[in-house]
Amino acid sequence: MADYFIHLATIIGVWAILAVSLELVVGYAGLPSLAQIAFCGIGAYTVAVLSTVCGANFFVSILAAMLAAGVASFLIGIVLNKFRGDYYALGSLGFNVIIFSVFLNWDEVTNGPLGISGIFRPEFFGIDFYGGISFLILILLVLGIVFVISQFIVNSSFGRVLKAIREDEEVIQAFGYNTSFFKSVIFIISAAMAGAAGGLFASYYTFIDPTSFRMMQSVFVLAIIILGGLANLYGAIAGSAFLIILPEILRFSGFPTDTAAQMQQLVYGLILVLLMLFRPQGLIGEYKL
Amino acid sequence: MAIIEINNLSKNFGGVRPIDNLSLKINKGTITGIIGRNGSGKTTLMDLISGMVSADAGAVIIDGKIMNDKKPWTIARAGVARTFQTTRIFEQMTVMDNILAVIAEKNVFASLFEKDRAHYLKRAKKALMRVGLLEKENQMASKLSYGQRRLLEIARILASDARIILLDEPFSGVHPAMIKIVAEILQEMKNQGKTIIFIEHNIGLVRQLCDNLLFIPGKRLLPVCRPRSES
Repeated sequence: MADYFIHLATIIGVWAILAVSLELVVGYAGLPSLAQIAFCGIGAYTVAVLSTVCGANFFVSILAAMLAAGVASFLIGIVLNKFRGDYYALGSLGFNVIIFSVFLNWDEVTNGPLGISGIFRPEFFGIDFYGGISFLILILLVLGIVFVISQFIVNSSFGRVLKAIREDEEVIQAFGYNTSFFKSVIFIISAAMAGAAGGLFASYYTFIDPTSFRMMQSVFVLAIIILGGLANLYGAIAGSAFLIILPEILRFSGFPTDTAAQMQQLVYGLILVLLMLFRPQGLIGEYKL
Repeated sequence: MAIIEINNLSKNFGGVRPIDNLSLKINKGTITGIIGRNGSGKTTLMDLISGMVSADAGAVIIDGKIMNDKKPWTIARAGVARTFQTTRIFEQMTVMDNILAVIAEKNVFASLFEKDRAHYLKRAKKALMRVGLLEKENQMASKLSYGQRRLLEIARILASDARIILLDEPFSGVHPAMIKIVAEILQEMKNQGKTIIFIEHNIGLVRQLCDNLLFIPGKRLLPVCRPRSES
């Protein structure tokens, strides 16, 4: 039973890192990005390839994962910065689809639909993170670092400009701010964090394939931060815990075995709709869409 | 000395030319009023000067530099600040953050490690106090009345270090008691050597405050004559 809770906490931790990273882009800068899982995937595959092909150290692989996701976000950000609102969301979704196709079809590197197995668990100065609890500690450590960096960003003058971009980009431009730079920088920082989450994900499961990085997963991260509450970093963590734990609770809801899966989905969806109806700002949100 | 020079400026919107071959010079430290019917091109002129829209022909020259096709932030960094026809505040930010957001570090990386926070805070408080919104500094801007939103926009301009100020109907919706304060603020900014251009429908206010008047679609800047006792 303890292993089950540790596993659950680890998964919540990975999603929370992703959610906090997306919060910076969506909740603070107001950019409706649906590309987060693509950056997570880039990070995951970077770690997988470096680990299995090059035998690289885990921490070097994680840094490379962040770099790869950051470079990808810089390039796609140049295009996305030309869009606003719905078009931005669609553009980022398109990027997600492209990256998914790359994972699926670039057999030489990603091993296509078969995925990559045998990814190393982390080891650092003789301390291994093979066991469940030690990996959880590592995840919490990374989440803590990501959270502190994010908190520093949103509390700085930079964070205030991001919020102003979210509120009215034209006005903040009229006061001398080149908003493209601000949007690019936060997009890169966010993608690098998502890349780290992807690397941890790959290392935790020791196997990845393209199905883990489908478009729907990006929608799931977005749902986490909307449910948790936009423009609140604690909301991103609360949303992750809520959306991971809720289906687990529904597992023990006592529905008849032949309809249990469908009923769980139904109740899950219903709870989300009711939550949005009666608490549109999310669990602890500061910003309403 | 002309701080703004507009040469043969034209803007065409699908066959409609709100600004057509306009040329004028606006001197430093003056207040210029723009009046005209709705849709006559007053706001378009402000948009052209501030870089929000680009001209089809002609030139906008600020401080001797041609500003055509420059981005709004480049023009803002040349010392131009503006308000808009409808109030455009950052609704889901506090009143104080509305000011701080526009006056702090413009550079991306410097803004991450803001060093002069106390200095910016002092400037923001001073501006809020001048427009009577200091007691609402921690309130969400969305809770402000229409008139207070206008005042918050004026406070943003006050706190900025702009030298050329474009105000699109700054008195619209402002409580009559506050109109006097806004008029005083404009006069103070003029006395500090700032150049102000504002759109206004109230000819009495234009007559009271302005040195020059542009009646659009007219193309010449006219001096505002006041009785000797008023000047």
